[in-house]
Amino acid sequence: MTAFLTLIIVLFIAVAIWQMVKIFDLAQVGSHNDQIATDKDNTLNGYLMMAFLVFIYVITIASFWYLGDLPLMSNAASEHGSEIDNLMIISMVLIFIVQTFTQFLLHYFAYKYKGEKGRKALFYADNNTLEAIWTFIPVVVLAGLIIYGLFTWTTIMNVDESDDPIVIELYAQQFNWKARYAGEDNTLGMANVRLIDIDRANILGVDESDPNAQDDVITTELHLPVGKPVLFKMRSQDVLHSAYMPHFRAQMNCVPGMITQFGFTPSVTTADMRQNPDIVEKVANINALRLERQDEIEAKGQELLYEFDYLLLCNKICGTSHYNMQMKIVVETQEEYDAWLSEQKTFKNSLIN
Amino acid sequence: MSAHADTHAHDDHGHHHKETFVTKYIFSQDHKMIAKQYLITGTIMGVIGVLMSIMFRMQIAWPEEPNVLFEALLGKWAPDGVMDADIYLALVTIHGTIMVFFVLTAGLSGTFSNLLIPLQIGARDMASGFLNMVSYWLFFLSSVIMIISLFVEAGPAAAGWTIYPPLSALPMASGGSGMGMTLWLVSMAIFIASSLLGSLNYIVTVINLRTKGMSMTRLPLTIWAFFVTAVIGVVSFPVLLSAALLLIMDRSFGTSFFLSDIFIQGEVLHYQGGSPVLFEHLFWFLGHPEVYIVILPAMGLVSEIMASNSRKPIFGYRAMIMSILAIAFLSTIVWGHHMFISGMNPFLGSVFTFTTLLIAIPSAVKAFNWITTIWKGNIQMNPAMLFSIGFVSTFITGGLTGIILGDSALDINVHDTYFVIAHFHLVMGISALYGMFAGIYHWFPKMFGRMLNKNLGYLHFWVTAICAYGVFFPMHFIGMAGLPRRYYTNSNFPLFDDLTNANVVITLFAIVGGAFQLVYLYNFFISIFFGKKAEQNPWRSTTLEWTTPVEHMHGNWPGEIPHVYRWSYDYSKPGHDDDFVPQNVPLKEGEEELQH
Repeated sequence: MTAFLTLIIVLFIAVAIWQMVKIFDLAQVGSHNDQIATDKDNTLNGYLMMAFLVFIYVITIASFWYLGDLPLMSNAASEHGSEIDNLMIISMVLIFIVQTFTQFLLHYFAYKYKGEKGRKALFYADNNTLEAIWTFIPVVVLAGLIIYGLFTWTTIMNVDESDDPIVIELYAQQFNWKARYAGEDNTLGMANVRLIDIDRANILGVDESDPNAQDDVITTELHLPVGKPVLFKMRSQDVLHSAYMPHFRAQMNCVPGMITQFGFTPSVTTADMRQNPDIVEKVANINALRLERQDEIEAKGQELLYEFDYLLLCNKICGTSHYNMQMKIVVETQEEYDAWLSEQKTFKNSLIN
Repeated sequence: MSAHADTHAHDDHGHHHKETFVTKYIFSQDHKMIAKQYLITGTIMGVIGVLMSIMFRMQIAWPEEPNVLFEALLGKWAPDGVMDADIYLALVTIHGTIMVFFVLTAGLSGTFSNLLIPLQIGARDMASGFLNMVSYWLFFLSSVIMIISLFVEAGPAAAGWTIYPPLSALPMASGGSGMGMTLWLVSMAIFIASSLLGSLNYIVTVINLRTKGMSMTRLPLTIWAFFVTAVIGVVSFPVLLSAALLLIMDRSFGTSFFLSDIFIQGEVLHYQGGSPVLFEHLFWFLGHPEVYIVILPAMGLVSEIMASNSRKPIFGYRAMIMSILAIAFLSTIVWGHHMFISGMNPFLGSVFTFTTLLIAIPSAVKAFNWITTIWKGNIQMNPAMLFSIGFVSTFITGGLTGIILGDSALDINVHDTYFVIAHFHLVMGISALYGMFAGIYHWFPKMFGRMLNKNLGYLHFWVTAICAYGVFFPMHFIGMAGLPRRYYTNSNFPLFDDLTNANVVITLFAIVGGAFQLVYLYNFFISIFFGKKAEQNPWRSTTLEWTTPVEHMHGNWPGEIPHVYRWSYDYSKPGHDDDFVPQNVPLKEGEEELQH
């Protein structure tokens, strides 16, 4: 049905264009028109320039109004997240000031100096002072942004091993995620895809002879204790994937043939985040929308009502089902985490002999 | 220099009568005809690219719903009219490839470098008309191969336009990585050859064939832009060619340049020791300069059109040249900002953040110079001028968000989301397209000897301008909500359900904007045959191309090539009756050439 409607709309638009074309053609028969802008054109388009400036401001405000809660720019769930958010907000404010100002100048000048017959433009070709000013101002502003940005980047990317982070492997394959916990020794066993043995359920290619591997734990859900630094070691078995954990402001590609890493400290448990007023509002909004589409959602066999969860998404094109490559992340208290982990099978016990 | 050009002219006149249909319209060596060939081929590719984008936008707005358009155009890829997930990825891949390379590189630079370089520097033709012809026909061949790749059994390339291996290298990882990817790579290799031949020709022509008096500091900014673009192309395109060749080796001859330790569909592959990150480096060593290859010619065209239509000299001519050079230099040392989270050393990320944000400085200089150019002008609102103003507007809007994406710390969270799509479509997609449209509206009389209908031009511009913002502005916000790009549907993530309506609005803007390009196509093709006959210099411009006769001829000028006595921006110069003084008019007694 939608398709049919779409097609009708497209056809309608095509006919409308054709009609307009005819009208323009008819209007020009016989009149003197050399297809060069006249004063009338200049005036009309000058006013339209101002109207367009208003349109830019309106679409900016409308976007903020309808899409401005930016859940992934506020309520960061990791310790470094708020630093990224601060930098993001500073950059955004800056951008909006410059955008508002320069768009105004551009469109206002276009309106103000619209052509009139007989007027002569000002012959003004150069001014070194002006050039210096608008070279110098961006230099200073950018220097500030660069220093702030590099400082933040270095803190995020330099994992401090002395914090004794929990080491977890994120393992990507078309089209799902696995997590491997290092176990009590907090050391991951050696692994390589050449050691994969599907018959023995050694699906990640962990080295069975490595003593460090025996207590490793492989899971399909990612549980993290709140307030403890975590160091992720990423692997992929087939193509590039990207481990994107937007709520934690974390992302790193998973590259076949090498191990990449990213570390952060989760700061808000899933349970606490669900109580956050912004998230409550967002979830309510989503559920209202989902109720409208009840039939469609149930037909697909999905849960009707949405409950907030942290997610790990694949964010590097990886093939057919790239759009559905996800893993749930649960941030919980240390006790809950310990209890959950102790229920999982260790690698040694998960093998089929 | 001019002596050489004159002999060349005599040769041309000698052969003038022997022209047949084939040598005039098909295997032409005349730069003006080749420019038109580039433009029309680019236009056809553009129509295909835009149509693809409308199809995948429909899928995003109304996921997995049957659509008559899909059923009609996608055949077996849309069973019962529902778009298949693989063809969705193929559509975004080919859309990107076509728009970046075939429309905005060949269609834009190929058209206007060919048309304007000889005409504006005062040359009879390109340095090598034959190479120029070969360049076009290689481009044509690569276009044909790219189109053929759409029809192969297992589907066209579907690994994204960046074709990162291993996805692009392994047919078992993606259907499109079979024959479709082979054709993609062959097509691109030929395209690169075409581009290199073209670029070398432009460089040699600009350096050697300028007419008497046309010093480098009297060149119009268009020529500076084309010249520097060609240099960047010669520096960076061969690196992509090497990446493509190595990828072909990995795919077909079992080498391991980019592949290592892969287990797929139940078996371990033999590849060992390669790295996909190496491919990313090679790809982006071209890929980033490529966006400047796309945008610099547009900047050149816009600078020229803004000066001419404001009836004012371009403000800060030298600063404009310096900023083109600065952008060109910086463009070759920023590629790593596409790779902050690729797994490369974080220290490199710091370096690339630094160099990337530096590009904002010459870009800001250019933007302010354009704004100052229209200040106190006498602005003639021709369609070309509207598109030029639109260019500056989208360049600013899109460029500013580069400050976020270029900052490695912030890129972590918005990398590969719709924020990126919004950014680069505005700053290099829409902007370059506006530059191209501006160029077409402005130089149509030079190309075809007729005028484009201005009212249709106005309609075209205003609807396009509104729709471009309507499509790409809200996308920033969708990106900041964390929605990844290249998802066939978002319906598996209830988290993003509240973005559904925004996606519908975006798609509606895209459909209307796309449909209104028909106005332009109608105007373009009808005006070629029935447009009003053009005067010799309809926009009252100063540059040399307007001193040539309206009717095209080999060798461009019937008599001697005009000599040049002044820079190309003497608009509204005090002491002259007219508000423009063509470059070939000698200085009056006592008149000083501007010390620019």
